[in-house]
Amino acid sequence: VFKRFVEIGRVAFIAFGPHAGKLVAIVDVIDQNRALVDGPCSGVRRQAMPFKCMQLTDFVLKFPHSARQKCVRRAWEKENINEKWAATRWAKKIDARQKKAKMTDFDRYKVMKAKKMRNRIIKHEMKKLQKLASQKGKKPEKSEKPEKPEKAKKPEKPKKAQKAQK
Amino acid sequence: MAGEKAPVEKNPGKKKAGEKKPAGQKEGGEKKKKVKKHHASRNPVLARGIGRYSRSAMYARKALYKRKYTAPETKIEKKKKEMPRATITKPVGGDKNGGSRVVKIRKMPRYYPTEDVPRKLLSHGKKPFCQHKRRLRASITPGTVLILLTGRHRGKRVVFLKQLGTGLLLVTGPLAINRVPLRRAHQKFVIATSTKVDISGVKIPKHLTDAYFKKKRLRKPKHQEGEIFDTEKEKYEITEQRKSDQKAVDSQVLAQIKKVPQLRGYLRSTFSLSNGVYPHKLVF
Repeated sequence: VFKRFVEIGRVAFIAFGPHAGKLVAIVDVIDQNRALVDGPCSGVRRQAMPFKCMQLTDFVLKFPHSARQKCVRRAWEKENINEKWAATRWAKKIDARQKKAKMTDFDRYKVMKAKKMRNRIIKHEMKKLQKLASQKGKKPEKSEKPEKPEKAKKPEKPKKAQKAQK
Repeated sequence: MAGEKAPVEKNPGKKKAGEKKPAGQKEGGEKKKKVKKHHASRNPVLARGIGRYSRSAMYARKALYKRKYTAPETKIEKKKKEMPRATITKPVGGDKNGGSRVVKIRKMPRYYPTEDVPRKLLSHGKKPFCQHKRRLRASITPGTVLILLTGRHRGKRVVFLKQLGTGLLLVTGPLAINRVPLRRAHQKFVIATSTKVDISGVKIPKHLTDAYFKKKRLRKPKHQEGEIFDTEKEKYEITEQRKSDQKAVDSQVLAQIKKVPQLRGYLRSTFSLSNGVYPHKLVF
């Protein structure tokens, strides 16, 4: 049922508070509500932090409890947590949300145009397939279905590339 | 005392005469007529602030009776002497009226207020509109794309050119893109976006001022009532000057707009809000 546990070395994402948005490693547990936490590679000083503001990630580091910052840093860099984190979907979603919030009026226009173009392409392909399907009958329909999702992926890429460009 | 006085008087007198020429010659480099050396005080001091002779005695001693000067008449005073005409004769019609009347040019007032209007003290810091400080938001710089919020062009995105003397913003569509001509817009009724067009090389003609854009109204109803409505401009006609100015500015601005991809389409589109879009959350 539960897959991520609070343990020594668990990397957690801070959801709110002064260090919102940063990653920390749990170094020790103080009591039911707080943990000793350290984020040498993410700019968080070693401090007590309530569990409530932490959200557990999939990463676990190996170091003994109450290990000093140097050890935590070594373990962090060995595991390359920063890069692994940036590759997760979680981090990408956060990034996308931030970009969307920063969009200027001009960017919104460009996105609208890109979306429109993409939808047109998709619709065009759909219509083609539907036409084929209505002409030929049941058997050719089944073979044509797997083609659709492939073509849908192509127009996605130019839209994401445009968003990343701005 | 008297004996002493006499030679004292004469010597300085001689000094004066003697020194006229050398003094004149010394200063002759500049002006020959000018200041003669001044005589020492002819009123010996008895105690500080108290002179030996009275005012009238001094008048005599200084021979002011023969030294009366008047200041040269200035041009203003000369003009004042030329008295303006007080009356004028005007011809009068009618048979038995005698051909003309003598009419006063400046007549007596027809009303004298019984109470004096209290003179208002000068108020502090209340300036007329022409002297007001004009401010411009930091987000609005030449070349910024603005969104007009009021007027017949509401929702249109437009390029900002410069701020005019009264503080209004000079703005252009450009006309070819969204049918907004060279026009004035009010700073308060405009959203400044962060999109900027590089207008540094664009030269805006200097005659585009507030007076150029001011609405013209005819107010001379000398005709009878029936014709009043005709004389006032109902239909606004675009003058040739406006067209030529529009072309001159737009050609330069359009060249810059074409350099940015998709900007032309952006300026053609209009701004609108839809469900879930909140202006306070939008970044412009």
